[in-house]
Amino acid sequence: MKILVPVKRVVDPCVAVRVKPDASGIDASGVRMSMNPFDEIAVEAAVRFREAGVAAEVVAVSCGVPASQEVLRTAMAIGADRGILVETANELSPLAVAKLLKAVCAEEKPDLVICGKQAVDDDANQTGQMLAALLGWPQATFASALDIVDGRVCVTRDLDDGREALRLPMPAVVTTELGLNEPRYATLPNIMKARKKPLRVVAPGELGGEPSVGVMTIEWAEPPVRRAGVRVESVTDLVDRLRAAKVL
Amino acid sequence: MTRESIEFDVVVVGGGPAGLAAAIRLRQLAQAQALDLSVCVLEKAAEIGAHVLSGAVMDPRALDELLPEWRHAGAPFDAPVADAHFLWLGASRSLCLPTALLPQCFHHDGGFVVSLGEVCRWLAQQAEAQGVEIFPGFAAIDVLFDADGAVAGVITGDAGRQADGSAGPNFQPGIEVRGRYTIFAEGCRGPLGKRLMAQYRLRDGVAPQTYGLGIKELWEVPAAQSHPGRVVHTCGWPLRADTYGGGFVYHQSGGRVAVGLVVGLGYRNPYLSPFEEFQRFKTHPALRGVLAGGRRVAFGAASVVSGGIGALPALAFPGGVLVGDEAGFLNPARSKGSHTAMKSGMLAAEAVVTAVQAGRHNDVLVEYPQAVCDSWLYRELWGVRNFKSWLDKGLFVGGALFGIEQKLFGASAPWTLSPCPADHLRLDKASDSAAIVYPKPDGVLSFDRASSVFLSNIRHDAQQPCHLRLKDPELPIRVNLAEYDAPEQRYCPAGVYEIRHEADGRAVLQINAQNCLHCKTCDIKDPSQNIEWTPPEGGDGPSYPAM
Ligand SMILES: Cc1cc2nc3c(=O)[nH]c(=O)nc-3n(C[C@H](O)[C@H](O)[C@H](O)COP(=O)(O)OP(=O)(O)OC[C@H]3O[C@@H](n4cnc5c(N)ncnc54)[C@H](O)[C@@H]3O)c2cc1C
Ligand code: SF4
Repeated sequence: MKILVPVKRVVDPCVAVRVKPDASGIDASGVRMSMNPFDEIAVEAAVRFREAGVAAEVVAVSCGVPASQEVLRTAMAIGADRGILVETANELSPLAVAKLLKAVCAEEKPDLVICGKQAVDDDANQTGQMLAALLGWPQATFASALDIVDGRVCVTRDLDDGREALRLPMPAVVTTELGLNEPRYATLPNIMKARKKPLRVVAPGELGGEPSVGVMTIEWAEPPVRRAGVRVESVTDLVDRLRAAKVL
Repeated sequence: MTRESIEFDVVVVGGGPAGLAAAIRLRQLAQAQALDLSVCVLEKAAEIGAHVLSGAVMDPRALDELLPEWRHAGAPFDAPVADAHFLWLGASRSLCLPTALLPQCFHHDGGFVVSLGEVCRWLAQQAEAQGVEIFPGFAAIDVLFDADGAVAGVITGDAGRQADGSAGPNFQPGIEVRGRYTIFAEGCRGPLGKRLMAQYRLRDGVAPQTYGLGIKELWEVPAAQSHPGRVVHTCGWPLRADTYGGGFVYHQSGGRVAVGLVVGLGYRNPYLSPFEEFQRFKTHPALRGVLAGGRRVAFGAASVVSGGIGALPALAFPGGVLVGDEAGFLNPARSKGSHTAMKSGMLAAEAVVTAVQAGRHNDVLVEYPQAVCDSWLYRELWGVRNFKSWLDKGLFVGGALFGIEQKLFGASAPWTLSPCPADHLRLDKASDSAAIVYPKPDGVLSFDRASSVFLSNIRHDAQQPCHLRLKDPELPIRVNLAEYDAPEQRYCPAGVYEIRHEADGRAVLQINAQNCLHCKTCDIKDPSQNIEWTPPEGGDGPSYPAM
């Protein structure tokens, strides 16, 4: 069985980002980039299946700029066997990524695709779902538990009003929730090994063409700065102030 | 515990200019001589450059020797020094000192205004292209000794320990990284360097090292206020004449201005707060004119060595060498250390290759200190050997006398002044000191610690043992609070140390280790030397974009 894990290079979640003075995007110069945390969980889940003998191969794939090779190396340091970079400098909407991934799936023929539920940079939460729809495969999103039993994918989803258990035939698409696992630390020897694992770079053209841009970003703006609060002395003080502000 | 072990020919600890220059030189020489030589660089930051904080005006002398083609290799040097100014600041006035009066070491001709973090990222690319294995996110936390007591490599930090020290669910023990030679390039006040200096008594007979704390911000300023290549140094206000230090304003390309203040850590008044001094510094009319209407985009702090040549320890010991600021190669008169760091790394690399070719390993690289003595590096530092000692006599008298010495004699002054004592010995008691009242931040030019530290993008896994170790946990209250009014509350630029009062009125020291900027000031200035800075989990700490 083969598992495909799409991974995205995003601004590290610990970094405070700023909009460029000309509002054309995020100022990413010198800003630390890393793998989308949900994708790391997806890689970990896939690697655990390989280690348990359930899967034979784990392939990580990323779509984007050449520097995305770094997140593929990280995926391989966690344990993915090889990497594929679909290299493009274009701004990619979730649909564009889903189309590229569909083309990769046509070549690789995975039995299971495990995606992060969303990327922490644009929070779109669409790629996995769109990919499943394009492929016509069953999907289970927000997996908080994942297993493969008798050739079927068993997924638990934590909902507001309880737990939902799903069983899917393969091939299928699953997206990961935060609680699914805690990804391991990449060790130094594994990072060294990852540097020697195969990484293939393909142009979108080789996969049937650059997807159309679809979405164009017009402008970026920062959220308004929150004004400093005041510390109230007592409950009466609070009530007085709320009255003064005509809230009460 | 048995640890996994990997082996290289040369292990470099620290991916700053010194470590990267050493690594590049090693591979260059190995390739030229068809020598099979594996080189790795361990860096505690999650990414090369993310823990590097500097000015910086860079003298390209060492780079010219290391990578002569750098001008055509996409190096991030787009702001050659255009004009340089030296200002004396009064509380509201400023006086520009004519360049002709300044000694040669205060000139910046041929230099470049850079972000040293960006320079390091570029150097790392050059190193990787030469076949160097770079491992960001791995801190060396201990030295590995062989049976004969020689350095055999280092041990990397564990990952996934809980706060109480026990192994968490994802625990990964650190590993042994072994080498025929280990080059220590941790920068200023490196914890392993400190250990080695004690172990091999490398500081016997040399002056104590002295330090400064540099606090820096990066601003984006309106186009009319940006003059790429402009270099401004200041002395005087807000520091008193008896406190060593000075400010800088470096105009980078792209409307970015680096502004910083270095405060000598030999200061006496325990009420002094380098952070507040820096915030106040920016409100001076001379700086207001540059920063007004601009936006602060990054904040950080780092210590600098300032002892100069008299404080250089022995550089080589069995199996290893000290390079860069780890040894103390910074030129304090020029406040430049990046070119000397690189040069020392290159000289160490040359000594290693000579030894490896002779089939040697884990012995003393005597060629390295000798090469340092024969190089321009030594002559440059020798020329300004009295700088710190002169300045210790006060800004006006000392500064003038240093200027006269340099004008009359250059490097050949017939005297060498006695060195300054160690910084931690110089604090006066709180009872003998006047409290200092700092102005409240205005939120426009000056800010508080919390909003500043936010701009350093710090991350520390909260679930890990505290990396700031107290040898005696009671001492901060018994001595520091009682006698010095807990100076760590003020000298720490990140507000890591806080005195809290329990319900029963008992004072306790709270350590907010997750805010630590890795500046090492507490390790340096604690009057009882009770605080030990150790590397936290690999990858943790600030994430400086371009400092
Ligand atoms: C405010 C300020 C202004 C300055 N201005 C200038 C200037 O204008 N011009 C100039 O030339 N110089 C300037 N300097 C000095 C210059 O920055 C230093 O001399 C230079 O960075 C020293 O290089 P280094 O490689 O020895 O150490 P560093 O640059 O400090 O690099 C050390 C590296 O090692 C890593 N490290 C440390 N310990 C470990 C460990 N145990 N395991 C793994 N990794 C580790 C660190 O994270 C860091 O990346 C300035 C310094 C400061 C603080
Ligand atoms: S705790 Fe020490 S090393 Fe960390 S920021 Fe404060 S003074 Fe610097």
